[in-house]
Amino acid sequence: MRETTGNGEQPQNGNASPRGYLEAKGIRAWAYTLDHKRIGVMYLYTTLFFFLAGGVFALLIRLKLMYPGQHIFTNQTYNVLFTMHGALMIFLFVIPAIPSGLGNFFIPLQIGARDVAFPRLNLMSYWIFVAGIVVILFSLGRPMDTGWTFYTPYSARTSADVTVLSFGIFLVGMSSILTGLNFLVTIHKLRAPGMTWHRMPLFIWSMYATSIIQVLATPVVGITFLLLAMERLFGVGFFDPTKGGDPILFQHFFWFYSHPVVYVMILPAMGIISEIIPAFSRKPIFGYKAIAYSSLAIAGFGFFVWGHHMFVTGMSATAAIIFSLLTYSVAIPTAIKVFNWLATMYRGSITFESPMLYALTFIFLFVVGGLTGMFLGALGADIHVHDTYFIVAHFHYTMVGGTVMGLLAGLHFWFPKMTGRMLSEKMAVPAWLLIFIGFNVTFFTQFILGFEGMPRRYAQYPAQFQALNIVSTVGSWILAAGILIMFANFVHGLFRGALAPPNPWNALSLEWQTGSPPATENFEEIPTVTDWPYGYAGRQT
Amino acid sequence: MSGRSTHHGPGAAGHEAHMDPTTAREAATLGIWTFLATEVLLFGGLFTAYVIFRIKYPQMFYEDHLELNRILGAVNTVVLICSSLTVALGIAAIRKGKVMLLRFYLFLTILLAATFLVIKYFEYMEDFSKGLYPSTDIFFSLYFMMTGLHAVHVTAGITALATMLVLAFRGRFSADYHTPVEVTGLYWHFVDLVWIYLLPLLYLVG
Repeated sequence: MRETTGNGEQPQNGNASPRGYLEAKGIRAWAYTLDHKRIGVMYLYTTLFFFLAGGVFALLIRLKLMYPGQHIFTNQTYNVLFTMHGALMIFLFVIPAIPSGLGNFFIPLQIGARDVAFPRLNLMSYWIFVAGIVVILFSLGRPMDTGWTFYTPYSARTSADVTVLSFGIFLVGMSSILTGLNFLVTIHKLRAPGMTWHRMPLFIWSMYATSIIQVLATPVVGITFLLLAMERLFGVGFFDPTKGGDPILFQHFFWFYSHPVVYVMILPAMGIISEIIPAFSRKPIFGYKAIAYSSLAIAGFGFFVWGHHMFVTGMSATAAIIFSLLTYSVAIPTAIKVFNWLATMYRGSITFESPMLYALTFIFLFVVGGLTGMFLGALGADIHVHDTYFIVAHFHYTMVGGTVMGLLAGLHFWFPKMTGRMLSEKMAVPAWLLIFIGFNVTFFTQFILGFEGMPRRYAQYPAQFQALNIVSTVGSWILAAGILIMFANFVHGLFRGALAPPNPWNALSLEWQTGSPPATENFEEIPTVTDWPYGYAGRQT
Repeated sequence: MSGRSTHHGPGAAGHEAHMDPTTAREAATLGIWTFLATEVLLFGGLFTAYVIFRIKYPQMFYEDHLELNRILGAVNTVVLICSSLTVALGIAAIRKGKVMLLRFYLFLTILLAATFLVIKYFEYMEDFSKGLYPSTDIFFSLYFMMTGLHAVHVTAGITALATMLVLAFRGRFSADYHTPVEVTGLYWHFVDLVWIYLLPLLYLVG
């Protein structure tokens, strides 16, 4: 057992220059790069920009909701704001950030490859993503007001520019498909010698499951948005009842993608947590195979539960019961992961650096989000809280409490590897504390509001809900303050951070066995793997 | 990690030649099959809509399909099946290293694909002259969307085949290396296969 020392004495394997892959400068060295690491970094910058943009929209929404009545902006502006918040956050941040950003950077590193299978396709995916963004921004001339779900018949009739936005999202989806395809082939074909399936890091397993969903679900939303655009352009009538079409069909098509895609959002985050928990507990991961296969199970079950978004559309009781039952089945692999993380920490030597703080926050918040999801999968309870703030709170606990916390955990964990510099823990910990408190103040109140019956999406609400809305809005400011400090830490770390050793966390997976930042070719010599990456404390598989 | 030794991997840096030829071929094959799976799902949405609406409106489907030009549909089917044959012959040729023959068959395939689009164009013109548009009713919505999406794929196929032809003229392909031709051939077979389903579904409603 060779424990890496991680104090910088280790030779910087595969690093001709201390700046590694970041050596080449200039816009062309980035725009035309085939290096998966640079492409990953470009995705991170792009998606984090939309995280901030979507966050500004969220703050404006919360500001408006401090008081009922028309003030600050009109009801129509409010509709645009919450639509843009949802659409930008979902399509341009939550879905692509971890897979396309961190996944691009770390999949080849973790499996001991020099790049993804199709580097040119990878670069093309990024530029298709950017083209999609440009088209989406183009639609802001007549901004969307339909909510991010684009439900027909309203989306077929509104004067907002649904057609252009649909094409933009089609392009973003195409980029997502090609990225998923690239990762699937990479994981199948480019693993280092000796890296069997059961020696792969769990982040790779989760990215594998994610890629399957991206490849199989995204084309369906592609054709759905295409049909919506065609309905607006040529009067194609699939979703139009006056032509014999069915608006509910749109919802089925939409959720056939948009439910599985919530697992595109959460699975990569779960993969990151599975890396961080054992590294900061100094213990082998508990239940490796259970965690690995539960990712595939979540991806599989995820395709058959979309109907739970539509319990109140008048679907048959039989269909509703089946969808409800299947929805509950997703809870099993999810719980398997949570229990295995807890068992990993049990009697471990836990240290509380910022990546671990975010990882623990993930578990805590995601369990709240997951358990409230059980309320919503239950037929009776769902009808009571459907379209209330209870749902808003539930999916923010999973998407922000889950995915975003997983992303932040990953960013703090891998920042030294990506940039070659350390983050300041003195800034990271207060930022984390503010984010944790702010998030809970903002969204826990919304569980109560929803259960008391406050409907979502409206700009107005009865005065009885105002007290909790003020609490929620104040919470959003605390959350924003935490995120600002965190970004300040990123910027500070990028320029002024202490130089990072190759393996600051003493972690065992392959990306830590090369320089920080890694050289362009990742490894001087492709490593041969003889063991799993979780042999902390000397325990073998 | 414990006990990891190292050995020399494939030489230099770079993101062009980071795979050995065998791995590269396997990766490309897996890649195209995965891509075809996404294509099945893309058309799958339309096929699902077809099933739903045909069950709902059997009479409309029967009456509307009589308006379509069955003869042109049949001719186009023959054209596409021939193009599948020619691309397969082209691949068989390059496997034996016969580059001239590959160029000939690729050219023939492109010609047949273009013929398909020309016939389809005249068919659409006939439909329009009869006052049949995507907005006419659900059947014609399906007809125009399905054949339209297919025609887009034929166009993409022609672009891919033409690229292969240019590369073949530049002498890129040999008996040892012709993965892009195989991949393009698989894509082209898929485009043909979709049409094989579209013909009975749209032109031969029983």
